[in-house]
Amino acid sequence: MLRELEYPFDPDFVIKKRKSLKRRLLAEDTKRIHKKIAILGGSTTHDIKDILELFLLNTGIEPEFYESEYAQYFQDVMFDNKELTSFEPDLIFIHTTNKNIREYPTLRMDKSEIDELEKNVMEQFEAMWKKIEDVYHCPVIQNNFEPVSYRLMGNMEVYDIHGKLAFINRLNERFYEYARNHENFFINDINYMASDYGLQKWADPFYWHMYKYAMTLSAIPDFSYNLANIIKSIYGKNKKAFVLDLDNTLWGGVVGDDGPENIMIGQETSMGQMYSEFQTFLKEHKDLGVLLTINSKNDNENAIAGLNRPDSVLKPEDFLVIKANWENKDKNIVDIANEINIGLDSLVFVDDNPTERNIIRTSVPEVSVPEINEPEHYMQIIDRCGFFEPTAISEDDLKRNEMYRANVQRKEIQASFDNYEDYLRTLEMHAEIMPFSPIYMSRIAQLTNKSNQFNLTTLRCSQADIENIAADSGKVTLYGKLEDKFGDNGVVSVVFGHIDEKQYDVFHIDLWLMSCRVLKRDMECAMMDTLIEKLKQKNIKTLMGYYYPTVKNKMVRDFYAGFGMEKISEDENGNTVWKLNINNYENKNNVIKVN
Amino acid sequence: MTREEVYKELNEVFRDVFDDEEITVNDATTANDIEDWDSLEHINLIVAIERNFNIKFTMGETTSMKNVGEMVDIILSRIS
Repeated sequence: MLRELEYPFDPDFVIKKRKSLKRRLLAEDTKRIHKKIAILGGSTTHDIKDILELFLLNTGIEPEFYESEYAQYFQDVMFDNKELTSFEPDLIFIHTTNKNIREYPTLRMDKSEIDELEKNVMEQFEAMWKKIEDVYHCPVIQNNFEPVSYRLMGNMEVYDIHGKLAFINRLNERFYEYARNHENFFINDINYMASDYGLQKWADPFYWHMYKYAMTLSAIPDFSYNLANIIKSIYGKNKKAFVLDLDNTLWGGVVGDDGPENIMIGQETSMGQMYSEFQTFLKEHKDLGVLLTINSKNDNENAIAGLNRPDSVLKPEDFLVIKANWENKDKNIVDIANEINIGLDSLVFVDDNPTERNIIRTSVPEVSVPEINEPEHYMQIIDRCGFFEPTAISEDDLKRNEMYRANVQRKEIQASFDNYEDYLRTLEMHAEIMPFSPIYMSRIAQLTNKSNQFNLTTLRCSQADIENIAADSGKVTLYGKLEDKFGDNGVVSVVFGHIDEKQYDVFHIDLWLMSCRVLKRDMECAMMDTLIEKLKQKNIKTLMGYYYPTVKNKMVRDFYAGFGMEKISEDENGNTVWKLNINNYENKNNVIKVN
Repeated sequence: MTREEVYKELNEVFRDVFDDEEITVNDATTANDIEDWDSLEHINLIVAIERNFNIKFTMGETTSMKNVGEMVDIILSRIS
């Protein structure tokens, strides 16, 4: 990971040094997922592609690009450009802007003519989106339209039906409506970007007339970063938790020295108001499913006293883990990751102290450490970083904090039992293990992209892939949903595989994953029991399992051995193949009630 | 700033943009002399030079300059 590419980056530096930045990224010894991205442009896209590549490489995605010829976005899709079809994109980005609207309303038109214009534009776009859905089954990222650069009617331009600006806003609303109703369709909000950047600077006519760029060159890094955030979210590269400092981060002052009554928080002072706003911003992230934790050099009782102030927006119970002690912060952060069972690369560390930030960056480089400066800018910087950019809001996200909290409670009970199976029985677990069903497709796809540790083959699937697999009669699919007396964990395990094309009594497991939030609950046993039962109904005799090692999935290296499967091969990379005669299999699950 | 000083900075910009430490430009240098200098890289070069000298080329200048010498003339006229 390169610091130079983290927000807030220097856009001109990124543009100028892109070649050496790319060289350095490629020289890094990191594992990246490979994705084929088609960029279909309505204006020049060359630099957008180059800079997007840098940001994607920096988040663990290695892109391969198809770039349409100048302004051929529509033709490429509608007339089945061979080069594009054979490229088989994993994702299509349509870079259209207000320059691509061929006809705008004029003052001479009447309402019905303007409605007709809108209809024509929408028909063209919808035909293209529909065609992509039918032919490519892949996620689509579509720009909305940025505001126009002049206003013939001045302030009336935005509400009079003849206004170009009014027309653009109408089209945008239609785009959003489409996005709300189509799961694999995402809007790249250049309308917000242009205003955030400053429309006058964004729409510098020099770049349009000289190079047919729809925006100024210096805005391209911001543009590409924003786009990369959507892509990394689609492929499950989002962060999951905040690790927050307290003094001068969540409130002004030092609680241990000043006393909880004197720290700056609440509505009494302007500094207090500002910290309250920042706390509110963090608290809102809980609804997005982001976990909150604390890593602070403080006596625990002082930390709690600060959070217990009646005017503190964040309360002690908002945090999953509170580490307020005198340990080094790099040790604390590793402990936090272990306690809530998520990877270090899922953490965002927020601390006003540059020395602490530097310690974390150096000793735990996987953690993201935004460079925050003045407290009034914390919110803006962290927001623009896009750490938690959602592409879909699931029920699970809203409940995630509760689920992790229930886990902490389970751990407490566990401590009071000698026999682990007795403990599991007290959880009164109930699982639903069924073939993939439509309401869970998005969660299943999300899991295949997010799960790293308990994942045997690390096969990533888009929602469209999952839908195709579910519809294929040669495949057997299962999702597992687990509830217990502390709460519903939602869908936590996914398994699918295919019947051998030549030997109809042999079954290959293509994917087996489980969320780490249900580790050691025997959920995998319940899944295997159900899988074997389904396979027996299909007269399968032999089960073949595969393990492909990654940096993160060592915990399942001997997963299949645990089910009495025999290792029949292992190559020099540690890839192993396992085999089982399913007639010799005995059910393993005694603690979970299934279906 | 003298012409020599402009060239000293300009060479650094060229080396950054084309990621090639060997590049040295002079009055007669044109796009034909530098392998990667195509119309797409030209944009980046222009912007990098603008940033470096804190100037802005007009469209007319950008379309008419024939070699690095003319570019340096424009730079000198702006910063003096």
